Amino acid sequence: MALVAIAVGAGGCGAGGSEPSVQRDQLVVATTTSLNDSGLLEDVVLPAYERQHPGVTVKVIAVGSGEAIAMGAKGEADLLLVHSPDDEARFMADGHGTLRLPFAFNHFVIVGPETDPAGVRDTATAAAAFDAIAAAEQPFVSRGDESGTHKKELGLWETAGATPGGDWYMSTGQGMGETLRIASEKQGYTLTDLGTFLAQRESLDLAPLSAATDDLKNVYDAIIVNQNESLAVNAAAAEQFTQSLVSAEGQRAIGEYGEAEYGATLFHPYADSTGGY
Amino acid sequence: MQIIWDGFVEAWRLLLGGDAQILQITWRSLWVSGLALLAAVVTGVPLGGLVAMRDFRGRRFTVAAINTGMAAPPVVVGLLVALFLTRNGPLGDLRLLYSNWAMVIAQFIIALPIVVGLSLAALQQLEPGLRQQIAALGAGRMQAFLLQLREIRVALLATVMAAFGAVISEVGAVMMVGGNIRGQTQVLTGAIVQETRIGRFATAIALAIVLMMLAFGANLALTLIQQQGRRRA
Repeated sequence: MALVAIAVGAGGCGAGGSEPSVQRDQLVVATTTSLNDSGLLEDVVLPAYERQHPGVTVKVIAVGSGEAIAMGAKGEADLLLVHSPDDEARFMADGHGTLRLPFAFNHFVIVGPETDPAGVRDTATAAAAFDAIAAAEQPFVSRGDESGTHKKELGLWETAGATPGGDWYMSTGQGMGETLRIASEKQGYTLTDLGTFLAQRESLDLAPLSAATDDLKNVYDAIIVNQNESLAVNAAAAEQFTQSLVSAEGQRAIGEYGEAEYGATLFHPYADSTGGY
Repeated sequence: MQIIWDGFVEAWRLLLGGDAQILQITWRSLWVSGLALLAAVVTGVPLGGLVAMRDFRGRRFTVAAINTGMAAPPVVVGLLVALFLTRNGPLGDLRLLYSNWAMVIAQFIIALPIVVGLSLAALQQLEPGLRQQIAALGAGRMQAFLLQLREIRVALLATVMAAFGAVISEVGAVMMVGGNIRGQTQVLTGAIVQETRIGRFATAIALAIVLMMLAFGANLALTLIQQQGRRRA
């Protein structure tokens, strides 16, 4: 096995002579799975951008926020669309990004069995709800994949002062869709974004149990990756994409999305928010 | 390049240190696949014997079905089992989906056609004269069957190894019916996928090394037994 590694290494080093350059007709966007699965990008944001800039192909890579941020640090993406405030702040502090701009927000939802054995409906905040679930040792299914949703969930456990673990706490390490399926099968609780939940609602035996409290606020940021990470970063296209997102037209389109299909909008334009995370 | 090298170095460190997570995942892989394999052998070999020794209507169709079953994609088996075990499905009341037992069931279904098909083929390759000889010596049906099994014992071992290789290395079924839940239903293959997804390459490589060692070990045992058989003959 060591021999194979050495051979591959030698081959790799030999080919590493050329400098990467910007592919001006391509924009690589690393985004969270929840944002991608909601359809906002595919149905609204990408068509708008492609109309304005027909020469550029957008490649959307949907991974967890954690992985997207890691990609940005290596210069493998030009633009990040993520929702993990602490990780993002660290990213910017380390100088990996040139601009960080919130463009949309919504609220996470705590979903669970209709019977709600832990009494989440009676709690006033998400942290209190998590405390109730831990106290009742009701099944809770976690993303466990370093995604924005996962980080939010961990933050809520910390605020609640509970350490999740034991047989009732399940960590799937997978996307929101799979995590919701498992929660439905086990009749347990989970933290989810509204979009994925509404899209799958019919095949799930789960009910939304939380209100839109402040501690469930979920802000999506666009981060332009610093060209210092790699000369291949297409910062110009990333800037134009961000401009498209925060323009009056772009914000309006974001605010209307989902009404037709779900009877509820999935996102609010950040322009409507009171600010902050 | 550095990432790959670092990954390998860290992986060996994890393995030599007896990392608890890797041990727990390996143990689960072994008992889930082992149990499924045992069940498949106990049911499959007699079934193979039945099809090999008796003639019945639709026999050729049955053999074709068994051979197709051997090539069934594990993820398809996973889908079918998941559809049956889901809460709103026909066996939903058993509450088995996303549990270790669901994985045992799915892997049993994957291994069974392999065991039936290969033992059937091995039995059919026995000289017809042998069967007649056994019958002429007054052996009962069960006795005859056990004698023939003894004759094909090398091929049976190969069958067991082949079926083991198939179930220990499949990832589609275990993820679909097990859910890959950390610490509860995660086996080697699913763990490799998950650790890679979240960027923990060292752990992923360590798990891959364990999996390869198991697969290689099974094949080594098989080769040694086969070679020994050849030397004797």
